[in-house]
Amino acid sequence: MANLTELCLYEARDGLKNKSFSTKDLILDHIDAMESSRYLNAFITETPDLALKSADLSDDNYSNNTNRPLEGLPLGIKDMFCTKGVLTTASSKMLSNFIPPYESTVTNNLWNNGAILLGKLNNDEFAMGSSNETSFFGSVINPWKKNDKQAELVPGGSSGGSAASVAAKIGVGSLGTDTGGSIRQPASFTGTVGLKPTYGRCSRWGIIAFASSLDQAGPITRNVRDNAILLNSMCSHDPKDTTSSSKEIPDFESSLGKSIKGLKVGIPKEFYQDGMSDEIIKMWNNGKDWLKSAGAEIIDISLPNTKYALPCYYIIAPAEASSNLARYDGVRFGHSINSNDINEMYELTRSDGFGDEVKRRIMIGTYVLSSGYYDAYYLKAQKVRSLISKDYNDAFSKVDVILTPSTPNSAFELNEKCDDPLSMYLNDVFTVPINLAGLPAISIPSSKDKNGLPLGLQLIGKPFDEETLYSFANIIEESSNFESLDDIWWLK
Amino acid sequence: MSKLINGKTGDWEIVIGIEVHAQIISQSKLFSGSSTSFGSEHNTQVSFVDAGMPGMLPVINSVCVEQAVKTGLGLNAKINKFSIFDRKNYFYPDLPQGYQISQFEQPIVGEGKVIIDLEKGVEKEVRIERLHLEQDAGKSIHDQHPSYSYVDLNRSGVALMEIVSMPDMSSAEEAQAYIKKLRNIMKYLQTCDGNMEEGSLRADINVSVRKPGDELGTRCEIKNVNSIKFIGQAIEYEAKRQINLIESGESIKQQTRLFDPKKGQTRSMRSKEEAHDYRYFPDPDLLPLSFTDEFVEGIRKTLPELPDIRRKRFVEDFGLSPYDAGILVSEKETADFFEIASKNSNSKLVCNWIVGELFSILNKDSKTIQESPVTPENIGKLINLIDDGTITGRIAKDVFEIMIDSGDDPVSIVDSNDMRQVSDEGELDGIIEKIIQSNPDQVKSLEEKPNLMGWFVGQVMQETKGKANPKTVNELLNKKLLK
Amino acid sequence: MSVDLDNVKKIAKLSKISLKESEGKKFLTDLNQIIGWVDQLTEVNTEEVAPTFSSFGADEGIKKRNDTVNDGGYREDVISNAPKSDEGFFLVPKVID
Repeated sequence: MANLTELCLYEARDGLKNKSFSTKDLILDHIDAMESSRYLNAFITETPDLALKSADLSDDNYSNNTNRPLEGLPLGIKDMFCTKGVLTTASSKMLSNFIPPYESTVTNNLWNNGAILLGKLNNDEFAMGSSNETSFFGSVINPWKKNDKQAELVPGGSSGGSAASVAAKIGVGSLGTDTGGSIRQPASFTGTVGLKPTYGRCSRWGIIAFASSLDQAGPITRNVRDNAILLNSMCSHDPKDTTSSSKEIPDFESSLGKSIKGLKVGIPKEFYQDGMSDEIIKMWNNGKDWLKSAGAEIIDISLPNTKYALPCYYIIAPAEASSNLARYDGVRFGHSINSNDINEMYELTRSDGFGDEVKRRIMIGTYVLSSGYYDAYYLKAQKVRSLISKDYNDAFSKVDVILTPSTPNSAFELNEKCDDPLSMYLNDVFTVPINLAGLPAISIPSSKDKNGLPLGLQLIGKPFDEETLYSFANIIEESSNFESLDDIWWLK
Repeated sequence: MSKLINGKTGDWEIVIGIEVHAQIISQSKLFSGSSTSFGSEHNTQVSFVDAGMPGMLPVINSVCVEQAVKTGLGLNAKINKFSIFDRKNYFYPDLPQGYQISQFEQPIVGEGKVIIDLEKGVEKEVRIERLHLEQDAGKSIHDQHPSYSYVDLNRSGVALMEIVSMPDMSSAEEAQAYIKKLRNIMKYLQTCDGNMEEGSLRADINVSVRKPGDELGTRCEIKNVNSIKFIGQAIEYEAKRQINLIESGESIKQQTRLFDPKKGQTRSMRSKEEAHDYRYFPDPDLLPLSFTDEFVEGIRKTLPELPDIRRKRFVEDFGLSPYDAGILVSEKETADFFEIASKNSNSKLVCNWIVGELFSILNKDSKTIQESPVTPENIGKLINLIDDGTITGRIAKDVFEIMIDSGDDPVSIVDSNDMRQVSDEGELDGIIEKIIQSNPDQVKSLEEKPNLMGWFVGQVMQETKGKANPKTVNELLNKKLLK
Repeated sequence: MSVDLDNVKKIAKLSKISLKESEGKKFLTDLNQIIGWVDQLTEVNTEEVAPTFSSFGADEGIKKRNDTVNDGGYREDVISNAPKSDEGFFLVPKVID
C-alpha cells in the first residue's frame, strides 16, 4: 500500500470512515515520516507514544461508530500552544523546560474532536520572526529548493515548522499562529494553504501571548478543503477569553464550491510595489483572470494608509510583547539563573533566556511605551491603526474580498537576512495590515517563480466572513493547478 | 482652620493626601475565579491566571464593577460610564504577570467628597479625586529563610478599589477622621469590610509641610500604614522630620517611606529608591468598561442608608443630640444595635446606656459590639424596666451585670432575684419609722447637719437592699424629719 | 527622533535585560534604524482620530464573569514548574525593603 501520508486530511478522514485502513496504520506512517524528516528540524517535540495511544482510542471509536469530526487525524501543533503534560517551549530557551499543566482551548477543541497530536512544531522564538531562524532549537529548513540548487531555504516564519511539516506531508495539517503574517507568509513560501481567521474567531486562552490584540490561531493545510475542515474544529466562543467572539460558527467546508458570480474583488493599488517582480505581477493578474472567469467582478480600490501598516505594526506588536513577556522572570516557571539579588536574577535569566530578536522587540516595545514617547509612538500607532481599519471598512462597502500577493518574494536562503532586522520586517508588508484591522485572510499557493519556488495569492475577507474566503480560495486552487512538492530530498 | 506646628523658624502647616487601597467584598477575584477568603493555606487560592502562566487571560468579575460603582455613589462621586483598564508595568516577585491591571487616565469613578467628623461636632469636607479598580499583589515573607523570600500568591488578583483624596487634610486628627469615615461608609455599603489588621484596608499617606501661604512642599509617601493609630503617629513623626530638615537648611527628597511601629519612625524604602516608569497602556486583553445610566441608577436604588443620613434621622426621629447620634453611626454595627434596642424603648435612655454602660464593659474586655454579651433586645427591655419604675437606676446596674454574665433577659433576672423597686408608701413608711425609732441620736443631729439626710436614705436602701424608690423615700423622709 | 546609548541602557534596565558592551552597540544601531523607520508615522494626520482598543467585540461589550469561585485550589499544578519552591511557596532571592 502506498504511504498513507500521501492522503490529505479529507482523504484520510474518508479512508478511515470507509475503514480502508486503521488509524494505527495511518499514525505509524506519519510517525515514520516525522522521524525520517528530522533534517528539516520542523519538530521540537515528537509525541509518537501519545499518538499511538490515541490511535487505539480512535480505532475503537470507528468500530463503535462513535467517531468524531477529526477522529484519528494526526496534526502538528506550533509550539506556542500549551499542551497539557507535553513540553511547550515557544521555541525559546526561556521555556525549554516548561510542561504546561493546562491545555489551550483551541487544541482542546481538536482533541475533543478526535484529532491526534503528532508533535510540537518549531517556530521563530516567541513567534517573532519571518524565517524561523530565531528559534533556540535551530532553524527549520524549507522542503522546497530552488531548481537544481543545493542552497537551503527558509520556510518563512514565525510558523516555519507548521508550514514545512505540511509541505513535507508530515501530519495531515498543522496549527500555526499569525500576528503579522506568521501563517500566511510561511504558507506562501512552502506552497501550502494558510488561513488567519478574524480576530476573535479562535480563543487565545492557552496560546503563549506575543501581541494580544493581533495574535490569532489558524490552520495550515495541503489544500483549501482541509483548511476549512480544520478551522471548524478550532473555533469556539471561550468565556475564558473575553476577546473571543460569540458569533455563530458556520460550516466552513460547505462554502467550497459556492458560486462567486456577481461578487466583487478589490485590487488595492497601494499593494503595487516599486520593483515588484514580474512573476508576482503575473501571478496577481492570473488570479484576477481566474476569478473573473468564475463570474466575479474585478474592481480597483484604494487602501491609502497601506504604507504605514508596517511601521504601525512594529510599534504596537513589540509594545504589547514587551509587557506580555514580563512574566518570564525565572520565578514560577521556565529558565532561571540563580543570584543573591532578585534584580540580578531577573537580568541574568532574561538575558540568557531570550534570543536577540526577542530582546530587540522587547526593547523597542519598552521604548515606545516609555514616559515621553508614549504619545508620539504607541498612541500615534493606535490612531494610524484606526485609519487602516477604516480603509478596509470603506473598501468592503464596495467589494466582497480583496486580492493581493501574499509575499513580495519567494523563500530566501538561510542566513541571507539575519543581520538586517529591518529587511526581515519588510517580508510582512502584505500581511501585516490585515492583523491590524483584525480581518480574516488566506494564502493559497498559486504559482512558482523562475526558480520553481512557490508563490501565494492572498485573499482578505470581511470580518467573520471566512466562508466567502473559502469560496474564492477554492476557485483559485482549482484554477492554478499548483503542483505540490515531489522531491523528498531530505530523506536521501 | 488647620492645626499648625510650631517650628524654630515659625509655624508650619501640614498638607496630607491619602491613597486608600480597599479590598472589595466579593467571592472571587477581580479577573479570575479564585477564592478571596482570608487566611487560607498559601497558594491554594491561586489559578493559572493569578500565577501569570503563559497564555492566561483576565476576565472581569461583574460584582466587583458593581461594588466600585456603589462605593463611588457612597462618596457622592461622578460615575464614569466609560473607563479603561491599563497595565502598570514593573517587576516584583509578588507581581506574577510583571504588570498590574489597573486604571490610569480613565478611572471608573471621578471626583467626589466625604464629610469628616472632628472634635466638638466640627465637620470638614475632604474632596475625593478618583476611585479606580486594580489587582492586589501577592505576599512575600522575608523571615522564613536567611537567603530566600517566600512568595504566596493567594492575594494576587484580589479586587482593590484605590481611592485617592485631594491633599485637603492638615493634621493627624483629620487624616484619622477621614479613614474612619471612609471605612465606615464602605462598611455600610458592604463593599469593603474595612479590616485594617487583616489588610483589607491599607493607606498610603502623602505628607508635606509648608509655611502658611506658601506653595506646596515636596511630599513623601508613607506606604501601607495599617492602623488608625499608626497613621496618626506616622504623620506626626514625618511632619516633624520634614520641618527639622528644612529648618536645618536641607531640602526634602521626594521618596517612598515605611512606618516602623516599634520605633515610631518613618524610614526610606530601599527598593523604591529609583523612579519607576510604569509605561501605562490600555490592556489589550480587556475591552473598555462601559455602562448605561440605567445600570448606575439600578445600583443607586440598592444603596443602604449612609452614615451622614442616618445620623440626621437619629437626630430628627429619635431626638438624639447630633453628638450622640454621631457616636452611634460611627460604626454601622453600633447604629444597627441601637435601632433594635430602641425599637420599643426610650431612645435617649437606650442611647445613653449603650454609650455609657455597654461601651464601658466592651472596652474593658476589648470586645466589639458584635461580640456584645447582651443582646440589643434585652437592653431595650432593661431600659423599659427603668423607665416604667419597675427597678431603680441603681438596681439596673446590678441587673446589667447579671445580664452580662448569664446572657439572660432582664425581666426574668429581676423576678428571680426579687429586685423590683419598692414604691409602696405604706411599706416604705414602715421601714422609715423603724429606722427613725432605732436611731434617735441621728434624728437629733439632723437639725445641725442636714446632710445626714443622706445617711437615712442610705439606711432605707440598706434595709430594702437598694430597691426602694429613691423619690418616694426622699419625700417620706422629708415629710417625717423636716417638720 | 534618535536613540542614544543612555536610552538603550535605561530601556534595558526597565526590561530587566543586561547587555554586554558589544551587544549594547549593536542594539543601539538596530534600535536607531527601526525607530527612524517607524518615525514616518508622524506624516499621518491623526487629528480627531480615536485610537483602536480592540478589533471587534466592541459591539458585544466587555464580557464579564459571575462572582463565583470556580478556579484555584490546585497548588501542586501551580508550583509544578517552579525552578525553586519549598512547601508550596515560590522562592526568590531575599528581597529587602
